[in-house]
Amino acid sequence: MGRIVLENVTKNFGDTQVIPPLNLTIEDGEFAVFVGPSGCGKSTLLRLIAGLEDTTSGKILIDGEDVTQVSPSKRGLAMVFQTYALYPHMTVRKNIAFPMRMAGVDEAEQEKRIEAAARALNLTDYLDRKPGQLSGGQRQRVAIGRAIVRDPTAFLFDEPLSNLDAALRVGMRIEISEMHSRLETTMIYVTHDQVEAMTMADKIVVLRAGNIEQVGSPLDLYRNPQNLFVAGFIGSPKMNFIEGAEAGKHNAHTVGIRPEHIDVVADKGAWTGKVGVAEHLGSDTFFHVHETGLAETLTVRAPGEVTLGHGDTIHLNPRAGVIHRFDDRGQRLS
Amino acid sequence: MAIVAQETKLGTFGRPVLAWGIGLLFFFPIFWLVLTSFKTDADAVKPEFLFTFAPTLENYLNMTENYDYWRFAINSVITSVFATAFALFVGIPSAYAMAFNPSRRTKDVLMWMLSTKMLPAAAVLYPMTFLTKNFLGIYDTHFLLILVLCLINLPIVIWMLFTYFKEIPKEIIEAGQMDGVNTWGEIKEILIPLAWGGIASTALLCFIFCWNEAYWTVRLTTTEAATLSKLIEGNRAPEGLFFGRLSAVSTAAVGPIVILGWFCQKQLVQGLTFGAVK
Repeated sequence: MGRIVLENVTKNFGDTQVIPPLNLTIEDGEFAVFVGPSGCGKSTLLRLIAGLEDTTSGKILIDGEDVTQVSPSKRGLAMVFQTYALYPHMTVRKNIAFPMRMAGVDEAEQEKRIEAAARALNLTDYLDRKPGQLSGGQRQRVAIGRAIVRDPTAFLFDEPLSNLDAALRVGMRIEISEMHSRLETTMIYVTHDQVEAMTMADKIVVLRAGNIEQVGSPLDLYRNPQNLFVAGFIGSPKMNFIEGAEAGKHNAHTVGIRPEHIDVVADKGAWTGKVGVAEHLGSDTFFHVHETGLAETLTVRAPGEVTLGHGDTIHLNPRAGVIHRFDDRGQRLS
Repeated sequence: MAIVAQETKLGTFGRPVLAWGIGLLFFFPIFWLVLTSFKTDADAVKPEFLFTFAPTLENYLNMTENYDYWRFAINSVITSVFATAFALFVGIPSAYAMAFNPSRRTKDVLMWMLSTKMLPAAAVLYPMTFLTKNFLGIYDTHFLLILVLCLINLPIVIWMLFTYFKEIPKEIIEAGQMDGVNTWGEIKEILIPLAWGGIASTALLCFIFCWNEAYWTVRLTTTEAATLSKLIEGNRAPEGLFFGRLSAVSTAAVGPIVILGWFCQKQLVQGLTFGAVK
């Protein structure tokens, strides 16, 4: 079991309140992702749940038990750090065994679990090496191995992939997702990368300045962003925002339309503009369009190869029914 | 052509000469001390620089009966070892707390500790003597010397350990907390193994400071707990100018520490540069 509930949790550093009163429930077995720009308080929130930071006020409950005053070592949670935080003086085997040794698991059982974890994480050949002799990806796997052998109530991941290169990141992302489907243990994952959030999460928690902006499933956030911040943060490339007369036509202060919801047409589009930069990815082409009279730049995603280049005139048609409307405070209009 | 600094003639020849010059300057008094220890007392008092003489081992052979060398040496070992052990016993948890759970006052506390070294020892000589002799009755005991040596070195010990501990990433300690260790476990399982080199150089330096300490060891002892410093100091005048014997005793007093330092050179240099170079 691993149901985690935060009740009116706040955190102050000195006189600065970094987490204003916050309520959140993470259900047992859920993969929750905290996402937001740097400094939004997502790591602090994770550390509060871990017990590595003290809450200023409010309550943290794990499976109904108040753990607010309980030390990190007694909360039954496992954490994977951005910097891996392996014990450099111990071999991989000893690193993985460490939490079990502390918990007094008997040696035969330890050995069994180490073997199982090493097999699952492709570490069998490296068990007798020290962390210093491993690559970044292998180190992160050891950190994950150290977490899973404990059979924790929940896993906490603090930006675990941001020190890895892009290709490895994608691979590890999939491994962690698979691990979650297999173990069905609650996982809380902190990242600033909305792609990681979208691809892994059951539930995304978007944070800004310590406030929860929106909680929902990835597609829920994609389809119904509750405000301009979430609209701009979720989705890649970023949603286009248009103000003024064009927005007025939709009875809104601002309208948002995603790059993939604008079609490139041969002529007589609703909008026209000049191509600034064309990014040809093969599978898609991204156009950064200027001089539309709508916004400084419109980003457009056209599927496949479209042979327009810098300076060419481009004709665009927004799709109906996928335009997001926001009021002057940035809140969604239904 | 790339611009590079040219080696000057002074650089290639001057530097080694200068280095040797400075080395000899520092080494000569020690050399002279050792040399004198092999002279008879008669040779030793001669005012000229006497390099040729009939060497004798007499000073060393008679050391035990003349000066009861071993009693002083054992006292030196006991007080230095225990003072160092206690300093680490107190210093490791203190430095750990300040390095990993700093409060707003941690810097002030560290400065305050260092400030205790600014008090001239002579200023508290009378209260110390009075207190230990008449009030506590621990004058001239091992206990007193261990306590004093431990306390006067504690600021340095804590500062050095603090600097070493600071270099350990906080996440490793936090990983330990998540993995279920308590505070003692963090120190024993993670901190000490990781900072072992730093702790060893701190211990070594502390031991050397304790061994060499003369002000308090001379003034707070008479016979029972007197250390080698007291032996050297005490035999300066009363028996006249027995320079040969005195040199032998002095050599035997600094010898152990020089040998210890020689074997631990690497640790010592690391300790003295305070982790300035990684």
